[in-house]
Amino acid sequence: MRVKPVQLSKGSVAIGGRPVLRGIDLEVGTGDFIALMGANGSGKTTLVRALTGLRPLTSGSLTLFGAPSAQFAEWHRIGFVPQRTSATSGVPTSVWEVVASGRLTRRRLLRPLSRADRAAIKDALAVVGLTEMARDGVSQLSGGQQQRALIARALAGEPELFFLDEPTAGVDLPNQHALADALRQLKDRGATIVLVAHELGPLAALVDRAVVMRDGRVAYDGAPLADHDVHHPDFGEVHTHHHGDPAPARHDHTPHVASPLEPR
Amino acid sequence: MEIFTYPFMQRALLAALFTGLAAPVVGTYLVQRRLALMGDGIGHVAVTGVALGLLTGASPIWTAVVVAILGAVLIEIIRERGHTNGDVALALLFYGGLAGGVLITGLADESASRLQEYLFGAITTISVTDVLITMALAALVIAVGVGLSPQLFAVAQDQEFARVAGLNVRVYNVLVAVLAAVSVTVAMRTVGLLLVSALMVVPVATSQQLSRSFRGTLGAAMVLGMVASVGGLALSALAPAGTPIAPGPTIVLLSLAGFVLTWPVGAWLRQRQRLREPFPAGRPERHETTTDEHAHEHGPDCGHVAVPHEDHVDYVHDGHRHAPHGKHYDEH
Repeated sequence: MRVKPVQLSKGSVAIGGRPVLRGIDLEVGTGDFIALMGANGSGKTTLVRALTGLRPLTSGSLTLFGAPSAQFAEWHRIGFVPQRTSATSGVPTSVWEVVASGRLTRRRLLRPLSRADRAAIKDALAVVGLTEMARDGVSQLSGGQQQRALIARALAGEPELFFLDEPTAGVDLPNQHALADALRQLKDRGATIVLVAHELGPLAALVDRAVVMRDGRVAYDGAPLADHDVHHPDFGEVHTHHHGDPAPARHDHTPHVASPLEPR
Repeated sequence: MEIFTYPFMQRALLAALFTGLAAPVVGTYLVQRRLALMGDGIGHVAVTGVALGLLTGASPIWTAVVVAILGAVLIEIIRERGHTNGDVALALLFYGGLAGGVLITGLADESASRLQEYLFGAITTISVTDVLITMALAALVIAVGVGLSPQLFAVAQDQEFARVAGLNVRVYNVLVAVLAAVSVTVAMRTVGLLLVSALMVVPVATSQQLSRSFRGTLGAAMVLGMVASVGGLALSALAPAGTPIAPGPTIVLLSLAGFVLTWPVGAWLRQRQRLREPFPAGRPERHETTTDEHAHEHGPDCGHVAVPHEDHVDYVHDGHRHAPHGKHYDEH
């Protein structure tokens, strides 16, 4: 049996001393397409940042492709699409250049691009449908096209495991469909995909498994859910009814500021 | 033209050539990170370095390099640690550097004109050793800045992505800070510490008016920086005898003139680009048809702005979007 790409057990993360993620167990198998869902502030982005090594675990253990995360060095096996509203920076940059920077995971210092590198970049552009725009500046692209460019960047390193943080946020419907097409191609090639999403939209058909975060813990891990079920207390189970439950109080990670005179 | 045969002038030209090529390399990465003023900050800190050189009798170039590197690394640490008050902390460092420099120069009993050379540049008094040091440091900056451009580009473009790609982001950040400090000291004799940042940033601002790619911006900025510094020096040397024209400010003003000339072209290109951006897919809910006679038929050569819209082209004029439909035009 092959080693699982991601194995997290009893993972906890604290940000600035405040516990954000607590006791998370998550396994991602080869070829899985997992949607990490949950409300804002539920910890789904923090979880992805912990899995990619951007946030250290305060306790628990994480192995990536069988290696403890501290010793993990095969970064070319991981493709990361951070949560971004734009792919621009202070200097004009062409789409090709943004995508080519994703190839760094496989390039050695001070070596020019090899033929394989160029082919991978070209292929990544083709998968997200931006071949025609390769020479354009990223700033000329719409938000959805920029998001696709960022996916192509992760793709250029030919990784096996993708982490995508809210790729559909603020993206119009035609671009969401283009994105879904690109992800379907990745899935068909056997890639393992972990996707953070507030709403799945056209991606719903691709998802094999849904993991719902609530308040820093995994609240549900199982068959895909429809968008509206994620926020339902029982994840859409129609047969259980809870009567007289108090409405859940609003709850997030920042302390609520109340003045002494404020009525409770 | 006789002036260019003098050895001091040839030294100055060499220094200007190398400085002009090297400064925009680091400037491009600073502008990409939206840290265009970092060069100014390092320049201020380097004043203390120069003053320490004057006080101890060591070569001001080397003390400036050391202090500028320390300052740049400190700025980088403050930037990395403090998210909110980073710019205030940087400002404190700038003022400390400048005030410390002026104070120490006073202690060293050096006249203000000695410090002036470093503040505003004195390229024509540069010694042979200083030219060699300048050339070596500039070559180092160019070699590292261009050689490691894929890595430096990725880190400046998106730090989080670069970290997950396995790059040691902190090392590259410090490397850029060190390169910036070295560039500052390299350009110190040419345009002076207070104008150093101009040579790093203005060529980049000019080249990005017309460029659509990072590599294009970097290459053009290097050429523009070189043209400005060599051209500015030549201009000041060719000034009629009796009109004292300082090379440092001439170089900076020439560089700015380049920006002033290019900016309208860039603005026009961007405007044109916006106009020709394809309309979003999907037909309008309802549309009118034109009844008024058109003096001509819309087509590729009619001169109206042609914007792709799904499978056809809309022609834009006088606030209308006209799509050809049989004998008339639909108003999309």
